[in-house]
Amino acid sequence: MSVATKSIEEVQNDIIDDFDLLDGDRESTIFYIMELGQELSALDEKHMVDENLIKGCQSKVWLTTEFEDGQIIFKADSNTDITKGLISLLIRVLNGRSPQEIMNAELFFFDKIGMNGVIGSQRSNGFASMIKQMKFYALAYSAKN
Amino acid sequence: MIDIEQLRSEFPILATEVNGHPLTYFDNGATNQKPQSVIDALSEYYKGYNSNVHRGAHSLADKATQAFEQTRELLQQFVNAPKSEQIIFTKGTTEGINLVANTYGRANIQAGDEIIVTTMEHHSNIVPWQMIAQEKGATVRNIPISDEGEIIFEEFEKMLSDKVKIVSVVHASNALGTVNPVEKIIEKAHEIGAVVLVDGAQSAAHLPIDVQALDCDFFVTSAHKMFGPTGMGFLYGKEEILNDMPPFMGGGEMIKEVSFDGTTFNTLPYKFEAGTPNIADTVAYAKAVEFINRYGKENIAAREKELLDYATKKLIEEVPTAKIIGTSSNKVSVLSFIIDNIHNYDIGMMLDARGIAVRTGHHCTQPLMARYGLEGTVRASFSVYNTFEEIDKFIEALKRIVKMFG
Repeated sequence: MSVATKSIEEVQNDIIDDFDLLDGDRESTIFYIMELGQELSALDEKHMVDENLIKGCQSKVWLTTEFEDGQIIFKADSNTDITKGLISLLIRVLNGRSPQEIMNAELFFFDKIGMNGVIGSQRSNGFASMIKQMKFYALAYSAKN
Repeated sequence: MIDIEQLRSEFPILATEVNGHPLTYFDNGATNQKPQSVIDALSEYYKGYNSNVHRGAHSLADKATQAFEQTRELLQQFVNAPKSEQIIFTKGTTEGINLVANTYGRANIQAGDEIIVTTMEHHSNIVPWQMIAQEKGATVRNIPISDEGEIIFEEFEKMLSDKVKIVSVVHASNALGTVNPVEKIIEKAHEIGAVVLVDGAQSAAHLPIDVQALDCDFFVTSAHKMFGPTGMGFLYGKEEILNDMPPFMGGGEMIKEVSFDGTTFNTLPYKFEAGTPNIADTVAYAKAVEFINRYGKENIAAREKELLDYATKKLIEEVPTAKIIGTSSNKVSVLSFIIDNIHNYDIGMMLDARGIAVRTGHHCTQPLMARYGLEGTVRASFSVYNTFEEIDKFIEALKRIVKMFG
């Protein structure tokens, strides 16, 4: 059981609905992602160290985790608001879930909102690296427990 | 006076849209756009006279060779080189520098020697020298710069000694726009017997280049930053130095005679042009040079200065949280800046949404960024075909970004 009230699929559908309101307008989409980034609470500076950097991102993205009652809590920060906005979406989908749920999660919202076309191939690769890192944490916690 | 509408109409890409907006291309420092004559030359070559140069005893080969060698002559005139043989075709500036580092450098650098560059060099004018320095036990030193982005000449003078064998300096900085006093640098370096390479990647299309008046030993540049094709450029060198240099790459074209007992090398320029060259792009490069000559480099430079002055003034007046990086009074048309509280990548993405192309990041000048304590900047670099209206649009977009996120 996860502490999150909605399923991973439901949260992704919520995100898709939110982006639908932007009508595919590129500028509005970028502004919206940046706003999401600015809303994400900042990581404590002590966590913004090289060991927490996600490899494969063009911008700097720091990711930390806590493990409480069988659920993973992700926290992240970045030096750019767009990247921060992107990882905030992943946090929204994956936070407060069990390692198993995260490992099995099929993440479809990114393609559905056409993000690849907005942020370009390099950032899309970075986004894939974020997912990989989050799933890697889930695998590690699942092995530990 | 240049008829800008007429000039713009020569560039098909300028009539296109990006993200639903007319393209505003301010990334000319990275590469500039190509006129129709250059684009046509590429397909005309492949359609009409594709053939290998310098060897075939047939008419097509002769036609290709003539067109190929004509580019060399045009470039000779373009930089006022004494002889066309002193123009060596390369893949671009990076290959030119690597060629000199691996031939002249390897033959002349010894343990304890020094190579001088500036703090504002592109990585392509740092790394090849570091590689040869490491191999030989030599040192690469860099001339410090002021906050305005100008080299501190007195510091350069202090660095000069008989250990210095090569001074390799950028003519115009890609990240700051600063035009370096290369004449003075060359004069001082020659006093201590060092040779000087001038990196002309950002200057060849924008500043008058006279290699004899400059008295530089080497000059390198890229075609794609002067309206020509990518993967193309040239190295100019003083004849006696080029003759003394060992070849760079071995292969066809660069030899006189080959046997298993030994090989003798061809004369200039072929000694340095191993293998089948990039014939199509070389032929098209001529059209880029002709384009510049047709409008006149002085006219082009004057127009670009007007654009730079206009954009600089507007940025200072209308975007007060912007800070310009590189404030020398002698610049090519590069406007590099940061804006408080907004990352350069984010600014680049938001401008792109309005069809405005700029470069963001470290511009392949990480030591320079470190000098300013920055990760990167936003860089708008203007070319003759840009307009004041485009700059207005750019400033309006920046104002909107600052209003929302600054």
